[in-house]
Amino acid sequence: MNEISETREAREARLQGLGCKRKRVEDIRFTQGKGSYVDDLKLPGMLFGDFHRSPYGHARVKSIDTSKAKAVPGVLAVLTAADLKPLKLDWMPTLAGDVQAVLAGDKVLFQGQEIAFVVATDRYIAADAADLIEVEYEELPALVDPFKAMAEGAPILREDIKDKTEGAHGKRKHPNHIFTWEIGDHETTDLAFRDAEVTIKELISYQRVHPCPLETCQSVASFDKIKGELTVWGTFQAPHVVRTVAAILSGIPEHKIHVIAPDIGGGFGNKVGVYPGYVCAIVASIVTGRPVKWVEDRIENLSATAFARDYHMTTEIAATKAGKVTGLRVHVLADHGAFDACADPSKWPAGFFNIVTGSYDFPTAHVTVDGVYTNKAPGGVAYRCSFRVTEAAYCIERAMDILAQKLGLDPAELRMRNFIRREQFPYHSALGWEYDSGDYHTAMQKALDTVGYQALRAEQRAKQEAFRRGETREVMGIGVSFFTEIVGAGPSKNCDILGIAMFDSAEIRIHPTGAVIARMGTKSQGQSHETTYAQIIASEIGIPADDVMVEEGNTDTAPYGLGTYGSRSTPTAAAATAMACRKIKAKAQMIAAHLLEVHHDDVEFDIDRFRVKGMPERFKTMKDIAWTAYNAPPPGLEPGLEAVSYYDPPNMTYPFGAYICVMDIDLDTGVAKVRRFYALDDCGTRINPMIIEGQVHGGLTEAFAIAMGQEIAYDEIGNVKGASFMDFFLPTAVETPKWETDFTVTPSPHHPIGAKGVGESPNVGGVPAFSNAVNDALAFLGATHIQMPHDAWRIWKAAEALGAQG
Amino acid sequence: MAKTAIALTVNGEAVEALVEPRTLLVHFLREQLNLTGTHIGCDTTHCGACTVDFDGRSVKSCTLFAVQAEGAEIRTIEGMAGADGTLHPLQEGFREMHGLQCGFCTPGMIMRAYRLLQENPRPTEDEIRTGMAGNLCRCTGYQNIVRAIQFAAAKIAGDSLQEAAE
Repeated sequence: MNEISETREAREARLQGLGCKRKRVEDIRFTQGKGSYVDDLKLPGMLFGDFHRSPYGHARVKSIDTSKAKAVPGVLAVLTAADLKPLKLDWMPTLAGDVQAVLAGDKVLFQGQEIAFVVATDRYIAADAADLIEVEYEELPALVDPFKAMAEGAPILREDIKDKTEGAHGKRKHPNHIFTWEIGDHETTDLAFRDAEVTIKELISYQRVHPCPLETCQSVASFDKIKGELTVWGTFQAPHVVRTVAAILSGIPEHKIHVIAPDIGGGFGNKVGVYPGYVCAIVASIVTGRPVKWVEDRIENLSATAFARDYHMTTEIAATKAGKVTGLRVHVLADHGAFDACADPSKWPAGFFNIVTGSYDFPTAHVTVDGVYTNKAPGGVAYRCSFRVTEAAYCIERAMDILAQKLGLDPAELRMRNFIRREQFPYHSALGWEYDSGDYHTAMQKALDTVGYQALRAEQRAKQEAFRRGETREVMGIGVSFFTEIVGAGPSKNCDILGIAMFDSAEIRIHPTGAVIARMGTKSQGQSHETTYAQIIASEIGIPADDVMVEEGNTDTAPYGLGTYGSRSTPTAAAATAMACRKIKAKAQMIAAHLLEVHHDDVEFDIDRFRVKGMPERFKTMKDIAWTAYNAPPPGLEPGLEAVSYYDPPNMTYPFGAYICVMDIDLDTGVAKVRRFYALDDCGTRINPMIIEGQVHGGLTEAFAIAMGQEIAYDEIGNVKGASFMDFFLPTAVETPKWETDFTVTPSPHHPIGAKGVGESPNVGGVPAFSNAVNDALAFLGATHIQMPHDAWRIWKAAEALGAQG
Repeated sequence: MAKTAIALTVNGEAVEALVEPRTLLVHFLREQLNLTGTHIGCDTTHCGACTVDFDGRSVKSCTLFAVQAEGAEIRTIEGMAGADGTLHPLQEGFREMHGLQCGFCTPGMIMRAYRLLQENPRPTEDEIRTGMAGNLCRCTGYQNIVRAIQFAAAKIAGDSLQEAAE
């Protein structure tokens, strides 16, 4: 190509930078079956581990007999709590400041809890032997209802901490109590309710669900006794944190631990925490001197590794008759299961639930959250969510609809009357956040106009009249949801995990030929980082994205970072990427000026080159500059062209969006059909619109599954009712609605490229849109709030309770 | 455990192997033949990540024993690209239409779609959705998977790429 005559547009297009619908780099290997996931790894002499798990929800372990298992040919070891105890590894710390049993000792606290770990030469033998382990139990009464956790006479679950009155987050008021978290102004909120013209109060529950990535959690541990080095490949959304925690726990120096997260088959928050399987594989490798692989099956995944939600939110809004909100009060009962293994930043036991004032200008608010133990699997992770933000968004978006119903106002109109106005940003919320930017009215209006909202309401009214006349059994619901997210943890001043500050990083090296290797502290599990980070680099330093290789997940080579979850990669590592590029660019400018024999103030950057100001024909491309940087740097300048940036964001980012769901429900069957789903997202600067749309499609599908059918339910004795794909609802292509996407762009003022993050928005905003549609459809029959999930049977039952079943 | 000898064809190559009677086909493919493109996502034959083409049918390879593959002709994702590295139109379509994210379901999706297009070369959107109902995806929401299959169908039929993209 001719670098001089090429048009600016052609040069720009060749970069495939910001805003380009660049095809994914990752797809080349994934479409050919050449991804490398953990279970694909095969090492010489590798063994397989498998668990024996508790059939009971709550029981005392009287004895464990492993003799039959050990006698099976091919079994090399069986680990129990007694074996881990001398190593001080029978318990491990959780990310939430609690401890969790790696293998159950005296007691089992949930069905599926890990009791023994069998290590054998192949996975079939390990499974056979795990079945031969004999455990004698004394069954105890199970506690499954969080509302009964702190009742008098409730069974005490955690005997290991029953006398501790002080937990990781303050006072405990009952042996089954974990923490109380309080935020906001109690007094002014009480006054707002005292003086309110209108109030609503509703218990809004968000059921227990599971992130359920298609690849389960798995790892391979290999301990080299000679070198004293441990290598662990695993499904880790946060590999660097895993290495640090492993070093602290095991006593192996951090530089002798190599943690590698290869390709990951989806995470959605399920793969943030540390699980007993990872620990047991490591111990087993140390004990046997051979690599040990652990792969959980789907039932184990759904019943033992981290669940999400299980939040029960008693929600009150105070308002004027004219529909202006004046106060918000929420009390949450949070079911954390048997151990507090939430994956929130350590100072935030209820995550960022205090985003619950949502998109609305509440003058005052008060929130309390009580966490309790139950005989269920531990977790409470941020499933496609930035730390309890999905729960908060569901809470406020459902409550606004309930208020609209009480006021006799249209739900969209009520939202419009209460939105934070554009000129109020940066906006300080009553619960302590500083929203960076937003233009809610514009986004909502665009959504309403696009779907023809008024016409839909007219159609709905006509259908209701026809229903009343007995001419149809079909009703129509219009679900409106307007969410504000809070993503991108840090800043490190208020976000850390076990003392590890939450920043992120990028290290970029330009090779002499102008090819680039870039490494980040995050870890994609499908978010397309290899494609999109390269686009940022392309735009920042003018080297085509195709010449940039992005690498993450290897703690030996990647700079330290906190990983990928909570939509944090774009706000943190993408910012670090831009900042590292700018350091490189500053040096490149010096080199260009030297080559062009002018002062560095007299050159300027232009797409893919530095040129002499006012003389566009005199320029040096980034490729020329890279070669010179290594082979003939200007006097006084070090050779090389690379930079690293550790970016501690000054604030979080606040993506938002307006979603509208149109649903038709057949009351005779309870079957709900999504006729139309419109999703407008504002995630600030758009790096790759194709990938944004893909993220929105996927997040909406997960939201659809949650709202319309998913639940990890337990019976009264603690049996998991449905922890396989037989029962746990994952929609297929047939049930999944079609998605319509749209956008506005309100850049983040503090992010180097103005981007905010998008991966979780559709899940955060989608769930209330579906649920509001169901509730909206049945509201004219008298429904105020129907709990999720809205499967056909439950919708039918709700209609029956409203007297609508003949 | 005593092993049984099996002979079959995988991706056009003759394979002879000794397997335990209880070895699942998916484990045989992944661990004995090192064809790790076929994935395992569940234990109950729901997710379809392990789908392979088996004697002209789509089969979930976690549901068959390897010994049942005696004499069978199997094609896996590793056998989809041409010998010269040319991608199959489905592989191309999944990339062009952004039909994948984490990539874990993709080999199964492509193998199922391959058979679907043999059975019905010009499927409607509804026929694609029904035809793909045995394969779960957690990332994409299926919309772009449908478009990827439409792209491939059009390309195989020789439509212009413009039409294929629509």
